[in-house]
Amino acid sequence: MTSTSTTAGSQAAINSPSGSSHTGAEQHHDARLFGLATFLVADGMTFAGFFAAYLTFRAVNPLPEGSNYELELVLPTINTVLLLISSFTFHRAGKACRANHLGASRTWLLVTGALGVAFLAGQMVEYFSLPFSLTDNLFASTFYALTGFHGLHVTLGTICIAIVALQTRPGGPISAESHFGLEAAELYWHFVDGIWVVLYGLLYLL
Amino acid sequence: MTVATPRDLEPGLQPSGWLRYFSFSLDHKVIGLQYLVCGFFFYLVGGLLAGAIRTELATPLSDFMPRDTYNEVLTLHGTVMIFLWIVPVVNGAFGNYLIPFYVGARDMAFPRLNAVAFWMIPPAGLLLISSYFLAGAAAQSGWTAYPPLSLTTPAAGQVVWILSVLLLGGSSIFGAVNFIATILKLRRPGLKMMQLPMYCWAMLGTSLLVVLSTPVLAGVLILLSFDIIAHTGFFNPALGGNVVVYQHLFWFYSHPAVYIMVLPAFGLVSEILPVHARKPLFGYTTMVYSIMAIVFLGLIVWAHHMFTSGTPPWMRLFFTIATSFIAVPTGIKFFNWLATLWGGKIALNSAMLFSCGFILNFVFGGITGITLAQVPFDIHVHDTYYVVGHFHYIVYGGTVFVIFASLYHWYPKFTGRLLNEDLGRLHFLLTFIGFNLCFLPQHWLGLNGMPRRVAEYDPTFTTLNQVSSVGALIMAISTLPLLINVVVTALNGKPAGDNPWNALTPEWLTSSPPPVENWKGAAPLVTEPYGYGQTEAQEAAR
Repeated sequence: MTSTSTTAGSQAAINSPSGSSHTGAEQHHDARLFGLATFLVADGMTFAGFFAAYLTFRAVNPLPEGSNYELELVLPTINTVLLLISSFTFHRAGKACRANHLGASRTWLLVTGALGVAFLAGQMVEYFSLPFSLTDNLFASTFYALTGFHGLHVTLGTICIAIVALQTRPGGPISAESHFGLEAAELYWHFVDGIWVVLYGLLYLL
Repeated sequence: MTVATPRDLEPGLQPSGWLRYFSFSLDHKVIGLQYLVCGFFFYLVGGLLAGAIRTELATPLSDFMPRDTYNEVLTLHGTVMIFLWIVPVVNGAFGNYLIPFYVGARDMAFPRLNAVAFWMIPPAGLLLISSYFLAGAAAQSGWTAYPPLSLTTPAAGQVVWILSVLLLGGSSIFGAVNFIATILKLRRPGLKMMQLPMYCWAMLGTSLLVVLSTPVLAGVLILLSFDIIAHTGFFNPALGGNVVVYQHLFWFYSHPAVYIMVLPAFGLVSEILPVHARKPLFGYTTMVYSIMAIVFLGLIVWAHHMFTSGTPPWMRLFFTIATSFIAVPTGIKFFNWLATLWGGKIALNSAMLFSCGFILNFVFGGITGITLAQVPFDIHVHDTYYVVGHFHYIVYGGTVFVIFASLYHWYPKFTGRLLNEDLGRLHFLLTFIGFNLCFLPQHWLGLNGMPRRVAEYDPTFTTLNQVSSVGALIMAISTLPLLINVVVTALNGKPAGDNPWNALTPEWLTSSPPPVENWKGAAPLVTEPYGYGQTEAQEAAR
């Protein structure tokens, strides 16, 4: 999020004052998305570290007798589907924006945001129905740390979507020619979805 | 394209004069010097802490400070020197100042992110230092913060320590993102990757390491803070946790961290040697491949810090072999530097002296590194002063010597004035003697079994410890000629002209200090940054 907003800020610093030289701006679009992608590699490595810790814990640290950590599968699976759909709807929002259909783009963004909120709500419902809490055992702690850290990412992504949706209003800063914010939020959202798929596989299916 | 002056960087929109160094400046040169001065301030802080450590260790009993205080001082010394002095200066200071010049750009790819990254450092540093006064007790578990030690020492100081390191890690990641984007995306048209000055390659490799490994440290420290604050049991054996997982994740960052500290120094010394030996850098291509090999190997050797942590035999074998392999690319670089000097017209000025000091110290630290990679030997000297000696030969004898060499080399670029050579040579002499006197005896201490991180020791170790402490005193004194030199030069230094070394790299092809937009006209296209000492026929053919 910090990266997104600061790099978006540097757009003003780099764009030529005329704003018409699209070729010049194009190069910096690349650099900014490239910068965001680099940052997401770093962010992904944080998750990789968590995953490695989780897998090692599972392999070498048996839980005490009688620790119950059977996970309910239905809700997380619905959540997974919601997130995958939201990646698709965000893709449609980007496509509509580039085709200069800003109204359609905003609608797709709102749908994406709603799916993000639905995911978070589902996560909350799951948290409150789980039979274990943060400090019960190693699995419980790891479960909450992983899903919580990912949930934080989804929350940030949903806020970004709300901001971008606001910016697609008529006369707003996002247009078919200038839509770095939207592209950045889209890249970030796909990243968060991808992480969830891995996380779902490791926590619920493995 | 990239050469258009960014609007925010136009003179008039930013503060000018000395005030800009205290502002949220977007100029990469200002930010570079901010990193340098801020880092040097923390070097003095860390040096004072080191002085306290060596004073305590001058006698076998803990009579200078209480043992808990010793642990705090030791922890702060390590953290300050690594995260607030070496990493920010060798990456942030010289990287920000030089990389845009080297790629032919007016600024870094993301100037605002750049300023944000710098301004995360002073608060983090003050937070860390203040924990000594405010939170009752600073962290006491060393710069490694191994649990369960970090779970049993006073919690408030440890949490402040984690917060501070997270801020500094974030700053480092933002910086690395910026360097990668600048080197890969902002190159001047016509400039090929294999024509870049070597420091660009070093910074590219370093930034890759930062991006890949620093987040893992951030992750593990977040888990550690959960253990401290929320009483989870990730790393608490009493709650079913696993301390070795902490060690793996910690060293997955902290071994590459050694390369994050030393690879940029390799790059800087590769810039300095050709200029003052008047010869092309020997083996450019092998240098590039060596850097990338070190990046790759640096990511798969972390468990050699954990040979005594119950590491299974197959893992010991793998990490011994992988670690020993690092000697190959490092050795290539070492011989390339020697070959660069060979037959050159060497000017033995302060920059060259510190560079040669670096080569000597570093090869010694490298050899003790190879010995430490061997399991049977490592088990014997693990957690002894041998490791302390080895480590300081790499980070002080290696990187800090290069930082000083770079200071003498680029000070005329920063200010337009030459540092005094006599004071500079005195600085080198004192530093070199003090450093070796301080850290060489520590190898003997370690081989004889003196454990590190203790305030008290067996009286048989007294003599060597006192030699070491005298060395530390000389190192402290060596700072004075440098400080005097900088002040005297600032007031009344010899004007340097634009290019006092007749260097060919792009930062010298403009005025000293450079204008805000780096070059008055178009950025020069430098395809042969090391074309020194060529015959007239070769010059004509160029």
